[in-house]
Amino acid sequence: MLLSKPRLIRGGVRTEPRKQPTAGCPLEPLKPSGPLYVSLGQHIGAPALPAVQPGDAVAKGQRLGTPEQGLSAAVHAPTSGRVTAVTRHPAPHPSGLTVPTVVLEPDGEERWTAERPEPLTEEVEQLEPATISRRVAEAGIVGMGGAAFPAAVKLGSGQPVDTLILNGGECEPYLTCDDRLMRERAAGIVDGGRLMARALGARRTAVGVEDNKPEAIHALRRAAASLGGVEVVPIPSLWPQGSEKHLIYTLTGREVPAGALAADIGVVAHNVGTAYAVHRAVRQGRPLISRPVTVGGGAVAAPTNFEAPLGMPSRTLLEQAGGLREDPARVLAGGPMMGPIVPLEAAVAKGTNGVIALTRGEIREAEGRPCIRCGRCVDACPMGLMPFEIANRAAADDIDGAAASGLMDCLTCGSCAYVCPSDRPLVQLFHYARGQRAERAAAKERAELQRRMAEQRAERQRREQERKKAAAAARRQQRAARSKGGEAGTEGSQPDAAPSGEETES
Amino acid sequence: MSELVAGPHTRAPLSLPTLMRQVLLAAFPATAFGIWLYGWPALYLLLITLASALAGEALSLRAAGRPVRSGLSDGSALVAGWILAMSLPPWAPWWIGAIGGLLATVLGKGVFGGTGQNPFNPAMAARVALLIAFPAAMTRWVAPAPLGTEQAPGLLDSLRITFLGRADWDAVTSATTLDATRTAVTQGQDLQAVLPEAYEPALAALGYAAGSLAEGSALLLAAGGAYLIYQRVISWETPLVLLATLAVLATGTHALDPQRYNDAGVHLLAGSTILAAFFIATDPTTSPATTAGRAIFAAGCAAIIWIVRTYGGYPEATAFAVLLMNACTPLIDHWIRPRVYGRTRQGAPLATGKEEA
Repeated sequence: MLLSKPRLIRGGVRTEPRKQPTAGCPLEPLKPSGPLYVSLGQHIGAPALPAVQPGDAVAKGQRLGTPEQGLSAAVHAPTSGRVTAVTRHPAPHPSGLTVPTVVLEPDGEERWTAERPEPLTEEVEQLEPATISRRVAEAGIVGMGGAAFPAAVKLGSGQPVDTLILNGGECEPYLTCDDRLMRERAAGIVDGGRLMARALGARRTAVGVEDNKPEAIHALRRAAASLGGVEVVPIPSLWPQGSEKHLIYTLTGREVPAGALAADIGVVAHNVGTAYAVHRAVRQGRPLISRPVTVGGGAVAAPTNFEAPLGMPSRTLLEQAGGLREDPARVLAGGPMMGPIVPLEAAVAKGTNGVIALTRGEIREAEGRPCIRCGRCVDACPMGLMPFEIANRAAADDIDGAAASGLMDCLTCGSCAYVCPSDRPLVQLFHYARGQRAERAAAKERAELQRRMAEQRAERQRREQERKKAAAAARRQQRAARSKGGEAGTEGSQPDAAPSGEETES
Repeated sequence: MSELVAGPHTRAPLSLPTLMRQVLLAAFPATAFGIWLYGWPALYLLLITLASALAGEALSLRAAGRPVRSGLSDGSALVAGWILAMSLPPWAPWWIGAIGGLLATVLGKGVFGGTGQNPFNPAMAARVALLIAFPAAMTRWVAPAPLGTEQAPGLLDSLRITFLGRADWDAVTSATTLDATRTAVTQGQDLQAVLPEAYEPALAALGYAAGSLAEGSALLLAAGGAYLIYQRVISWETPLVLLATLAVLATGTHALDPQRYNDAGVHLLAGSTILAAFFIATDPTTSPATTAGRAIFAAGCAAIIWIVRTYGGYPEATAFAVLLMNACTPLIDHWIRPRVYGRTRQGAPLATGKEEA
């Protein structure tokens, strides 16, 4: 079901790429310097349960966190050293809220754990799909494009999958780490894609790469030619081409129905970084303990690409990139379109593809002029929504109206806000409306629960009273019978039995 | 806690004040031509209208408790005043400009909540209000009297014209092309007999004829419009659909009965068709937000222009047409919307395809 020619998505914006400063910088492996803050909650789902205690000596690749029941992922030690604390540390999120975190003081020896799984070197076809999925789960691999959804869950959903799509879009400005990964480790990505296709039972695998990365396309094509089984498709360079829904549309011409998953139409999409992590987990027995990260932005002295150990604080990464040239206006985890503002202590997580420090000149402060209904946001929306309408309703606290206008269909990709001539905080209004909606739904549920409980209580009291009344009546009857001579004793128990029978029914 | 600012943290460079500046820039050549053509009274009227529009906007902002300086700096009041002035009779007395400017920004925008909230195009709302309230002053057109020629009034005479209404009206008044054809039709005359006197295509394209301050020069206005399209300030669909619809209607009916119906040339070049197509129907606030919606809007404007010019009580109709279609805009935006990804036009989720399997 792949198209012979990629199809252009609706809307989207041509952002200034600003990738040039780091596109030529190879992925430089970083040795941990200073403590690592390895979060146990760096994926979608429940945080992992700590498997170590303060004071424990751990080896590289040793499990630090065991996946919780349900949706969760394992977490491993990025290096050898000693656990100094199991505590809470700011997450890469603007709230600065904390997540359970293992603090690891490296010993510099990089000593691997003895439990490291054996490399599996068989041909892809000779590996059992279940073996591959198990390896992926054991390695704690999650979606590395930013969503951080546990990869093994996506591989083992059991739904019939026809097409696997590898996402090499990387359409966020500034970010080049996926580009570098594709240029430098194309064979690993292609092998990882083949392994995932085997696990899924997919017939076809395609890598979509934006056409502003010719070197990456070339490298992947060479790797695909020698390994086979993977098609490399250049796609238009357009934001948000790397959105899963839009990449699927571009390559297959099909849309993921609202409220459904890509797997429901027989497609699964994974980031190229995830494919590479799968390759390493299967072929080298290496869990996910490091990832490519772009450190860039105008405030950074020497922007570059790193392969950074998980848990390294943003501050350290910035220092490794020559430090800050000037006071940044904002520091983001990820690119400037969707990356959140994060505290400097927040550490690299499995879904962190960049640490971007922007100068005042690089951002545009919102002047907050009124919406003039010019419709530029409508033209730019890749989902076919009318963003100004949703935002105006959200601003007027008409949350139901905003929902009716498609609030929940929004990707929060920010294309609308990017083109808005009035600098309206559109995405912020969407976040606000969603928060309000969730809060109202929760309040409604609480009220409903309270009402039910009150009803049950009233019902219970009513029965209690009935039972008492019946018992009193029975006693009166008994007394009357006794005074008559006690011959009607068995009859007296009958009214008593009826209410108690009713009670057990409820 | 970090600063709570959602993405995107970078933006396209286009801003509202830039948009408004571009519109003024595009309108400048035609306006300058109008001032040259009709002399100093036209300049005085323009300045009065602009000052009055800005004053009205400042008043509205203050009444609404909003910052006056930043509200004025978005340029929308200036644009409203400018477009209104372009559509006024060039020798109209000062109070027409003063009242018109206030009407445009206070009644046209302010009372609805300011920039972005007005349902009707402020300039056109003011123009129609003036036309209905002061029909005589709003329909007194002068023949071209270019600056530097003998007929052109001097600076002082011009002050007298604008501020005291003193002019030798009998000597200077002239009918517009649309006035002339309309009179001919109502008197049952053959259009083809009247037209050669009232309409010279080449001069009409240049704008060298009796008419409003700066809506006559089809060529300069079209050039300004092309610039706006090139700068992506306006979309090309609105002017194209408006002009094409009007041309098709005019050509069709003219072919049926040339003695009764004007041809496409008259409809496009005379009156304010070009100004409406590029500068008025493209007003973002009062036109639909989708491309398809804007096309319907533009076609509706063209149809109303043709109907009113042909059958209505007024020789010129662009302002009525735009206002009527402004009124339809909320309805158009309600019905004409893009299909949402993953959903049918009706809004239901698409089928997953498993049903077929």
